Amino acid sequence: MRRLLALFLVLLPFTAADAGEEVVLGLSQNRVAITANFDGSEILIFGAVKRDSPPPANQPLDVIVTIEGPSLPVTVRRKEKRYGIWINTDALEIDSAPVFYAVATSGPFNEIISDSDDLRHHVSIPRSIRFVGAPGHIMDADTFSEALIRIRSKNGLYQFLENAISVDQQTLFRTSIALPSNLTEGDYKTRVFLLRDRDVVADYEAVINVRKVGLERFLFNLSREQPVIYGLLSLAIAIAAGWGASAAFRIFRRA
Amino acid sequence: MQIYLPIAEVSVNAFLLLGLGGIVGILSGMFGVGGGFLMTPLLFFIGIPPAVAVATEANQIVASSFSGVLAHLKRKTVDLKMGTVLLIGGLVGAALGVLLFNFLKALGQVELLVKLSYVVFLGVVGGLMFIESVNAIRRSRNAGAATVPRRRQRNWVHSLPFKMRFRASGLYISVIPPLLIGLSVGVLAAIMGVGGGFIMVPAMIYLLGMPTKVVVGTSLFQIIFVTAFTTMLHATTNYTVDMALAVLLLIGGVIGAQIGTRIGVHMKAEQLRVLLAMMVLVVCAKLALELLLQPAELYSLGAAGGH
Repeated sequence: MRRLLALFLVLLPFTAADAGEEVVLGLSQNRVAITANFDGSEILIFGAVKRDSPPPANQPLDVIVTIEGPSLPVTVRRKEKRYGIWINTDALEIDSAPVFYAVATSGPFNEIISDSDDLRHHVSIPRSIRFVGAPGHIMDADTFSEALIRIRSKNGLYQFLENAISVDQQTLFRTSIALPSNLTEGDYKTRVFLLRDRDVVADYEAVINVRKVGLERFLFNLSREQPVIYGLLSLAIAIAAGWGASAAFRIFRRA
Repeated sequence: MQIYLPIAEVSVNAFLLLGLGGIVGILSGMFGVGGGFLMTPLLFFIGIPPAVAVATEANQIVASSFSGVLAHLKRKTVDLKMGTVLLIGGLVGAALGVLLFNFLKALGQVELLVKLSYVVFLGVVGGLMFIESVNAIRRSRNAGAATVPRRRQRNWVHSLPFKMRFRASGLYISVIPPLLIGLSVGVLAAIMGVGGGFIMVPAMIYLLGMPTKVVVGTSLFQIIFVTAFTTMLHATTNYTVDMALAVLLLIGGVIGAQIGTRIGVHMKAEQLRVLLAMMVLVVCAKLALELLLQPAELYSLGAAGGH
């Protein structure tokens, strides 16, 4: 384990010279391969604070780690009772929302980061979602973005993990974040913020690459690039299996 | 054993899929229905996106019906001429259905349409079948061992032009009703992810007056071609056919269908119809409740940009 740690420290040295403190970060993996039996993945994020001078005496160090999947527009729809049944009525398009977003902190979120720094760095879950405005007839646009967060949180796609980071000696920190099985491909941006007195004093970014591999990759690409061949292949496999099982039963019955 | 589905982009238990395929396959073989009207809602429940469930189910029905058709062809219980007429209507219907599906998906109302269609069709068809078959069973009990002579009703179907002779069914009727039945089944195949047997079988019996013996084989014959066409349309316009999901469902489904066909041979037509009617009504009631009761989550998410 120590050797592994040392390896990552060598591989991932990064700078963020602010107030003389820098983040040195390690990730248990910087790529996630989605294979046929992919069942989620746990990312271990650990690191240290490198500094030239001793840490300030009475300002404790806090750390926030975020992992952010690719952002895409999303349509949120609301059901209402019309003619006795529940149907979708109002819809609001959110310009951009990450498909996955996790925030881990070393303390209560509001006590360790100021609103202005949250806004500047888009740290909290609501700040990671961007939407410009709602059409005139929708008065309560906020309930739509709250619903988006609620639904994705329920599916494990948005995670708010307060007090999930342990910080030792104002220097070492570690946390682990579970990536669920219903993951979308893309570059997952990992950010680390060091905070003192509710201000961000240093930050660091790394990328975790989430990709489908092997058969998954092959089928996905084929379905997008050669949909006709993919469709015919699906049918051929279906018919072969149907005929094969029928033939197998015939032989089985004769025997 | 969890398996990640490449197109649906979710991870599900492989044995769950095999089991679902097997159970629905048995029913498919017994009743001559594709089983899609049960499988598609079940796929929604285990978290498969509706668009993927509908398209993949069409693919899976091809396989489960194929082995059924082979069994029926061997027993010569398929009216190929009637099947071809139904098929021509079906292909046109499937094309219209995919257009409608894609249009409603953009509006965010596809789920409502799918559920409403299920409730209406399953309710009417299931109710009629149930009443009719219960009466038939009662009649045959009252008449003792004697079989009830089959009355040929002469209704509006017999007064339309373009008549054609269907030898295997012993019918001489217009091609318009079978074309229309095929067409509506094609639309349902495309938008509901069903083979359409649940509507075609009663329509063939009650509207066309076909003998029950050839109805199952003939409907399966039409279903494999219409669902194959639907699969291609969804694969090329929506990219929603998940091959891995289809393969798992069909492995269970194909085996189940063979078992089901054997069971079906040993059961009386009236008993089969009562059972099918009851199942249709149960699925109908479940879907109706979902529309009538307040859902726990009023909001839903959809991909944007589909205008």
